[in-house]
Amino acid sequence: MSQPQEKTAASAGEMTSESPVEATTAANAPSGPASARRSLLPGNTLLRHLVILAVCAVGAVALLELTSPFRNSQFAVLAYYAIAAGGLTVLTGLNGQISLGHGALMAVGAYTTALLLGAEEPLPLAVVFLAAVGITLLLGAVVGVAAARLHGPYLAGATLALAVGLPGLALYYDDVLGGEQGLRVQSPRAPEWFQGFIGFVSGNNATTTKWLAYVGVICLLLTFFLLANLARSRVGRTWRAVRDEEVAAELAGIDLGAWRVLAFVVSAACAGLAGAVLGVVIRLAAPSGFTIVLSIALLTAIVIGGLGSLLGALLGSALLVFLPPFVTNLGADLGLNNTEAAQLAPFIYGVVLIIVMIAAPAGFVGTIRLRWLQARGKRAARTAQG
Amino acid sequence: MTGISVAFGGVSALSDVSLTVEPGQVHGLIGPNGAGKTTLFNVACGLVRPDEGRIVWNGSELRRLRPSRLTRLGISRTLQGVGLFRGLTVLENVMVGAHRHAKAGFFSALFAVPTSDKDDARLRARAMTALEELDATGYATRYPDSLPYPVQKRVALARALVADPELLLLDEPASGLGEDEMHELGDLIRTLSGRMSVLLVEHHMDLVMRVCDRITVLDSGEQIAAGTPAEVQANPAVTEAYLGDEVDVATDAAALAAADGREG
Repeated sequence: MSQPQEKTAASAGEMTSESPVEATTAANAPSGPASARRSLLPGNTLLRHLVILAVCAVGAVALLELTSPFRNSQFAVLAYYAIAAGGLTVLTGLNGQISLGHGALMAVGAYTTALLLGAEEPLPLAVVFLAAVGITLLLGAVVGVAAARLHGPYLAGATLALAVGLPGLALYYDDVLGGEQGLRVQSPRAPEWFQGFIGFVSGNNATTTKWLAYVGVICLLLTFFLLANLARSRVGRTWRAVRDEEVAAELAGIDLGAWRVLAFVVSAACAGLAGAVLGVVIRLAAPSGFTIVLSIALLTAIVIGGLGSLLGALLGSALLVFLPPFVTNLGADLGLNNTEAAQLAPFIYGVVLIIVMIAAPAGFVGTIRLRWLQARGKRAARTAQG
Repeated sequence: MTGISVAFGGVSALSDVSLTVEPGQVHGLIGPNGAGKTTLFNVACGLVRPDEGRIVWNGSELRRLRPSRLTRLGISRTLQGVGLFRGLTVLENVMVGAHRHAKAGFFSALFAVPTSDKDDARLRARAMTALEELDATGYATRYPDSLPYPVQKRVALARALVADPELLLLDEPASGLGEDEMHELGDLIRTLSGRMSVLLVEHHMDLVMRVCDRITVLDSGEQIAAGTPAEVQANPAVTEAYLGDEVDVATDAAALAAADGREG
């Protein structure tokens, strides 16, 4: 057995490959105490994530107050995409299960919200959201039990069936669920304290749009806080172990099925919350909003951002939300008529997707992390030589 | 394990094999390719269910054994390939091996309760100790694919050891190792036998003969010999299984000469 000290100049080349070889795992940071490198942030997970949470919260308030009401509504859309994408990246990126059914799970959250807020005396928004999460979570557990037995294309097929079939329920039970037209969601008005808060911070108008953007962003921050906690802990590590080597994980005492179902449940809960936020932001829960296109959009978002990375999920969602209107405006400026400009957006999105997959198969975050790891490896090799 | 029989779709892989690993002993399992060594191993850790036979561990029979229960019973196993988690650092790989020592649950992880952090730090300390024992602490932050094969094997061994098993199942630990590394491995296995029993499947005869207290020889799914290294070496059935039928040199030469004569 060779000693580590023997690895000097002769094998220094190896030190540069200090990175995971598979592009799909490049975006995963190691779990908490396992990453021994120095950092400005506290090592304690709770403190560390609370600090990041506080910084992000301040940044989000600044962003929402410095931008127009139209941008505010775009951030609200970004919020629900990112919540769902965050949940999906945990499932697909960390645990290796693919799901084409997350759009349908979002529908469950949205319809639950629509029904509960449509009641004579609606419950508080937080309770409604928790109920939406709870019901989606239960469905997620049922689907997860089935999913835990399936792999790759079979799992994709099964969840695809969910995506195609579930919105059909809305048509079948059209007396309760509103059929093709869907259900209108009675979006709650901004509470008193929120108006006071906005008046204090910026003096802007505390409109309902602004309140909904804040609701979305608060949900997003809380979700990402909890998901980041999981990813950094033993739970995230165990999920990744199950993803990488089933037999070895099982021999380490991990019950594969239980951990897979757990990942699916967590992911479904996020999708439920995303659906609930979508409901109040769009103010409508209709089958046309939850087609297979939504599920696939979420998948592309997490792949572009970097599988398994929450930041990647956020970046991918941002691209999803901001790129099409940007391209449409650009097209209009270049003299295209409205239809042509609108058709340009999906084309450019597709081109961006292809370019990212060719140039950076590990996604934004994964590629940057790979570069950083390689640079660190080279540095280590230099110190080993010198 | 007594009277283990396994058949894959009518093809008998093991028939009536019995084997007992005594506490603190190194037990070798050898045999030519396809003899059923790995199948027997897979039976021992629940990956393959035997058609007949019983597995008894610490006085109680293991029924419906599942691989994920193994570490809790105090049994660890390494895989024939290394089977390391590619997307995890070396340290994390070993920490996964310490899964059975983890106490903090899902909700303390979800809310990042400090006990979850402390628990993980404890696992980390365990993992570092295991890596230290195998002289691999220098690789802790590396990813498995970037390491030479012998180092990967050591990491895999550390991952099995970190669970503090009473019985360690080693599936061809010496494959892909050089002469010196194999020698060190032999010393290591002898040291380990002070703490745990070891069941070893191996092709390298010299290693097996050196480290094992007892040896079981399989051929075509049947047990053809068992005993101490010396007894096994002296057993003609073993030589036959490995080298083919005993050859009578004189008759062979005569037959050869006759064939030559015909051709010439």
